Amino acid sequence: MPRLKTLVRREGGVPPLRGGHSLCQGCGIPMVVRTVLGSIETPAVVVSATGCLEVATTRYPTTAWTVPWLHVAFENAAAVASGVETAYRVLRRRGALPQADPITFVVFAGDGGTYDIGLQALSGALERGHRFLFVCYDNQAYMNTGVQRSGATPRAASTTTSPAGLESFGKVQERKDMTAIAAAHRIPYVAQAAASHWQDLGEKAARAAAADGPSFLNVLTDCPLGWGHEPRISAWIVNAAVESCLWPLYEVVEGRYRLTYRPKKVVPVEEWLRPQARFRHLFRPEARELLDAIQRRLEEDWAALLARCEADAASFDARPTQRS
Amino acid sequence: MATELRRPRVLTGGEAVAHAMRQIDPDVVPVYPITPQTPMIEGFARFVAEGKAGGEIVNVESEHSAMSAAVGAALAGARTMTASSSQGLALMAEVVYIAASMRAPIVIALGNRALSAPINIHCDHSDSMLVRDSGAVQLFVENAQEAYDVMVMAPRIAEHPDVLLPVLVCQDGFTITHSAEPVVLLEDEEVRSFVGEYRVPYSLLDLDRVTTQGPFAMPDYYYELKYQQAAAMTAALRVLEQVSDELAVLTGRRYGALEPYRLDGAERAIVCLGSTAGTVKDVVDELRAEGERVGLLRICAFRPFPFERARAALRGVEAVAVLDRSDSPGGWPPLAAEVATALYGLPVQLRSYVYGLGGRDLHAREIREVARDVTRLDREPTYVGLRGPRCRG
Amino acid sequence: MHRLKPWSELPPGGTVVRDEAAQPETGGWRTGLKPEADLSRCVNCLLCWLYCPDAAVLLAGTTFVGFDERFCKGCEICAEICPTGAIEMVAEGDGD
Repeated sequence: MPRLKTLVRREGGVPPLRGGHSLCQGCGIPMVVRTVLGSIETPAVVVSATGCLEVATTRYPTTAWTVPWLHVAFENAAAVASGVETAYRVLRRRGALPQADPITFVVFAGDGGTYDIGLQALSGALERGHRFLFVCYDNQAYMNTGVQRSGATPRAASTTTSPAGLESFGKVQERKDMTAIAAAHRIPYVAQAAASHWQDLGEKAARAAAADGPSFLNVLTDCPLGWGHEPRISAWIVNAAVESCLWPLYEVVEGRYRLTYRPKKVVPVEEWLRPQARFRHLFRPEARELLDAIQRRLEEDWAALLARCEADAASFDARPTQRS
Repeated sequence: MATELRRPRVLTGGEAVAHAMRQIDPDVVPVYPITPQTPMIEGFARFVAEGKAGGEIVNVESEHSAMSAAVGAALAGARTMTASSSQGLALMAEVVYIAASMRAPIVIALGNRALSAPINIHCDHSDSMLVRDSGAVQLFVENAQEAYDVMVMAPRIAEHPDVLLPVLVCQDGFTITHSAEPVVLLEDEEVRSFVGEYRVPYSLLDLDRVTTQGPFAMPDYYYELKYQQAAAMTAALRVLEQVSDELAVLTGRRYGALEPYRLDGAERAIVCLGSTAGTVKDVVDELRAEGERVGLLRICAFRPFPFERARAALRGVEAVAVLDRSDSPGGWPPLAAEVATALYGLPVQLRSYVYGLGGRDLHAREIREVARDVTRLDREPTYVGLRGPRCRG
Repeated sequence: MHRLKPWSELPPGGTVVRDEAAQPETGGWRTGLKPEADLSRCVNCLLCWLYCPDAAVLLAGTTFVGFDERFCKGCEICAEICPTGAIEMVAEGDGD
């Protein structure tokens, strides 16, 4: 089990994402980047989709990235990574690469660049079996452009394009189950993780990077501005999502589901909702039914996940195919 | 010095491109199918399957991803090529601009096909014109032989350190892509030696010199970074001529940015792109034999447009008919606009003709009619062969 | 002060070479409070190091030594996440 000291030593004093960027005060994304890249043993090359992480870290001619980094557009990070990864393999085979180090290709995209506009390219890359790790930092809306709703926005969240008001309780639709969509591609490794649980995230990143093929991590990440909470409770608020079973931590290894964290005491979803301004309207008396519906739906999903994990437990192999 | 005559093969333009790709042997080829480009990628795929080309084809799930994967591959140091037409190029368009501004030297073989709507699989140049401002080099070929030759030149132009731009090699859909003609190929070794190695200036995969590529830029720098592209295009005009000279040594065939045909002493000239030039040449020969002083200026490089050389070639002519196989509703057809710019200030009468949209054939008798009609003053484009009344502005 | 360069001095395509790139100092984002650590209570759990969005927690080896005020934006995540309450937000002094 990796310790933080391992990550520190691996960084060697040079964080993959250093200070000097203009991500918000208290942004939840950097620790996800740091944990993922710090858990991978080989040198990494990062491909980013357009979004907060990309825009705020690369204002020309500065950069906060200390690892090789490429951005092309919003919807195509997985396609770009497919090209990079293919080039790497071909150039290696042809003896044309300057150095022999094995490289891990990591994509960082927000929920917009994963669930919505990025979905096609992601699906194609997963189907083709490129060896790369796709990490979605899921803060549940298009934050960089001003908190507009995405396919990842949970039901009833107030966003600037699904605002709560006298006639509205926020977003009408449920969010997509992106982790399940990735798993449906039958890739070697898929996992759901959260910024609050760094060790679980780090272990998953390591397992994902070791998979011989595509891997996908969906990481719940907070956005103080978009969620409407004080930056300082960043880790705590994400933790509430995990402890309420709203955001279960699990992995799918060669198609088999396994829970990686089970709350000892499940908390009501209100503990997750109440501290966030984007859910404030759910505490109006007329929203009671909706609030109950959210709790019920969460419990149904949790029960279904538990049942799936238990069914797969019998034939479970925890080790994904190793790098040959 | 031209080498000894080689035996020509009978190849379609699409097959000729596939052969050129085989001999160039690119590292990464992301592709998505669309008529009439398919013979190119199918031909190349067969070569790869038979071990005659060693790169890797990436069968992506859309053209947008084809171009995106191509940018990633090119910046990672791989020689990269792709192919498309019409809607495929339209879907790629966002990334064609980005490839040019990120200076990714991708060669794109284009089978020119009309843009929807209505959906139409036949030839016109609207797809090329969609990306005319993208910063990509655009070369138009007249026949299958030239398609092959220009494909061989393309990596040298694209990858030149002063250029570093995507290069579109455009051939008329069906007319060239699917018509079999005699094509003389170079030897495999000649092509390998001619194209050399791709040396990416800043490899994404270089762990010793770490880079950030594709940054966000504010108004304080975007402008200068854009100007770099303009400078690269200016260099491309020069590099195109140099590479054409080198290819001429190998093959005895020389292309360059434009091809004048019987323009000496011409009173009237026709200007066009692509395979239509072949028909125009026949008509020019007929008219010349009848004592009419008519010539052709075929434009080979639409981007970068050879303004000075076009002006020099046409300055003595009295009337110029520009044939455009695409339109720009509300504006002037693209080729006519460029030629007008080239001729600005000269006492040359310019007439614009739109023809062949959606693959409508242009017959020799219609070209004769244009050569006769060009001396009649008309300040608006004429639509050759259109059924129905003409609207005037 | 960064000198704005002409186009001819820029690498092609907007490429930024890491070792030639500046790091803007974001310490000016703080609005009057900065983190301060009581080393006697620090147990070197390193959570503040990991969770700081601006990589502004300084270590010597794997030992906490302080904060990089050039980049700290004053978000207070470190103060909140510290399990022993060793970090407090304090008013920045005059002239800070």
